[in-house]
Amino acid sequence: MKRQREGNILEEKELLRELLLRMMTVNQFEEAAYWLFGQGLVHGTMHLSVGEEAASIGTTAALTQEDYMLATHRGHGQALGKGVDIRAMMAELLGRAGGTNHGKGGSMHICDFDHGILGANGIVGANGPIGCGAALTIKMKKIPDRVCAVFFGDGASNEGAMLESMNLAAAWKLPVLFVLVNNTYGMSTPIERAVKNPDLKQRASAFGFPAWECDGNNVLAVYETVKEAREYVAAGNGPALVEEHTYRTSGHSKSDGNLYRSKEEIQYWKDRNPIKRFRDFLLGKGIFTKEEIDAVQAQAKQAVEDAVAYAKAQPEPEPLGLEADVYAR
Amino acid sequence: MREITYREAIREAMCEEMRRDEAVYFMGEDIGAYCGAFGVSRGMLEEFGPERILEPPISEAAFVGAGIGSAITGMRPIVELMFSDFMAVCYDQIINQAAKMHFMFAGKVNVPMVIRTAAGGGTGAAAQHSQSLEQMYCHVPGLKVVAPSTPYDAKGLLKTAIRDNNTVIFLEQKLLYNKKGPVPEEEYTLPLGKADICREGKDVSLITYGRMTPLCLEVAGYLSQEGIEAEVLDLRTLSPLDTGAIIATAKKTHRVVVVHEAVQFSGFGGEIVSTIADSEAFYYLDAPVKRVGGLYCPVPFSPVLETNAFPTRERVEAAVREIL
Repeated sequence: MKRQREGNILEEKELLRELLLRMMTVNQFEEAAYWLFGQGLVHGTMHLSVGEEAASIGTTAALTQEDYMLATHRGHGQALGKGVDIRAMMAELLGRAGGTNHGKGGSMHICDFDHGILGANGIVGANGPIGCGAALTIKMKKIPDRVCAVFFGDGASNEGAMLESMNLAAAWKLPVLFVLVNNTYGMSTPIERAVKNPDLKQRASAFGFPAWECDGNNVLAVYETVKEAREYVAAGNGPALVEEHTYRTSGHSKSDGNLYRSKEEIQYWKDRNPIKRFRDFLLGKGIFTKEEIDAVQAQAKQAVEDAVAYAKAQPEPEPLGLEADVYAR
Repeated sequence: MREITYREAIREAMCEEMRRDEAVYFMGEDIGAYCGAFGVSRGMLEEFGPERILEPPISEAAFVGAGIGSAITGMRPIVELMFSDFMAVCYDQIINQAAKMHFMFAGKVNVPMVIRTAAGGGTGAAAQHSQSLEQMYCHVPGLKVVAPSTPYDAKGLLKTAIRDNNTVIFLEQKLLYNKKGPVPEEEYTLPLGKADICREGKDVSLITYGRMTPLCLEVAGYLSQEGIEAEVLDLRTLSPLDTGAIIATAKKTHRVVVVHEAVQFSGFGGEIVSTIADSEAFYYLDAPVKRVGGLYCPVPFSPVLETNAFPTRERVEAAVREIL
């Protein structure tokens, strides 16, 4: 689908500032998480999304707080953008009682039902069916102006559950916004080796619904594209797909030795990372001064430092009563 | 008291709960005009309309997952999985998603969903439509597992399952759908996790559930003619499990035979035996605890083969005689 612009987004300075701040916050958050991991304060694993900040922030900024959203295992940015409390999320990464999941979930299962975050998911593609269900609630309860956004990657695009979901959403005209963050790798497998047809947005037309496509490293393009696709879905037209082309410069997880790609390739994308691009764009257009941008950077840094301090101060969860928490009353 | 079939009892439970609570809806393959593969939902489309009787495309992962997604956002789905064997194509949604959400999300969300499914054999449906896979669900914290054996239990337990705030796997027994039994006209519910002594006895305990309950009652009837009084304990719910009732009957009769249709090896009977073995009931035993379960093979097709793959009256009787 072709985008139709209305008004000039460049005049919305507060929005531009917010987008920059959120992207910088995600980036700082993940830098901090990486550092804390190195210190042994984060155990287990985590999946960083360095390089994908425009996709997560541009998308979530185009959603409402009431919209439902299902994140992926690489979901720190998706959750932050949707409004999760940064301190609680950091505490969760540290496995603390004050975490979003009280230390029971960790990085892969961040949730915040007050902000429509129905959970990140450790199973690739499994959030598609759940997203259909949340959209079914919207439809059955006739909730106006609400969609359910389902993040997934190029890797998940071949999962049966995701394909079944696309068909169900289309057949039942459910308000699902499928957000395909195409970072070109499923863990280490490049997309060209995973599919015959790498034009993944065509998945939508196969199921009979429209797709939008954008430069996933351009936060404004993502924001405007998702906003338009969301409007289409919220108007009761059924599902839509947005494919956002991006690249993960961080490793897949903590075990990634980057043996499957070259330093040059990673550097190429680091030079085109969405934060740098947006910063240069804003400076080039004279929308913000360097001082203003530095101030945003400082604000992001401060928010993350506060979150780390908060998280470290939280007690460990009590290893008692675990079995009593399995069932709802 | 009036008598209705197991099938009708299940339908009544669903209809009553859908009338009582707008959030309850029913979703499954061909449950509308076709009335479901076993005719359970006859008349429901006419009463509740296509807004609450949802027929998804054949894509179990999608619609079981959709049940979950709707449950965590305020609905109370009843999902019909045509055959319990089909859980294998939506296992992730049940095991990794529905079962874990309440715990993994720190109690911030519930998954009030019932998955009704036709379990068990005896219908000539062969290896992929005849299994008893309850132990696979019981092993996963977060799921509740119910396997009723009578119309009365089916209705009362299903109503409770629909009102429960957790995901309940409701295993209906194909061969029992046509069985009639007394069911009161007036409203009632039965608690999950409460076994039923459906025949009292003093000489041996037959601990069972589902389709094997009528078989055990039949065996108890025959044994009674010889003066052997068998107690039959129908567990009704496997998770939560009424361990108190298991221990009590073992202590009472000192002899136990566990009977289930599921493959004996690594089956739920192992849990029942363990419940006895690591409780004070162990000291009351006068003989080894016997298990009679399905043979270690896929369910075969030919009637003579199929019948012999499951516990038979002869096998149950033989197990009882071995320990008397």
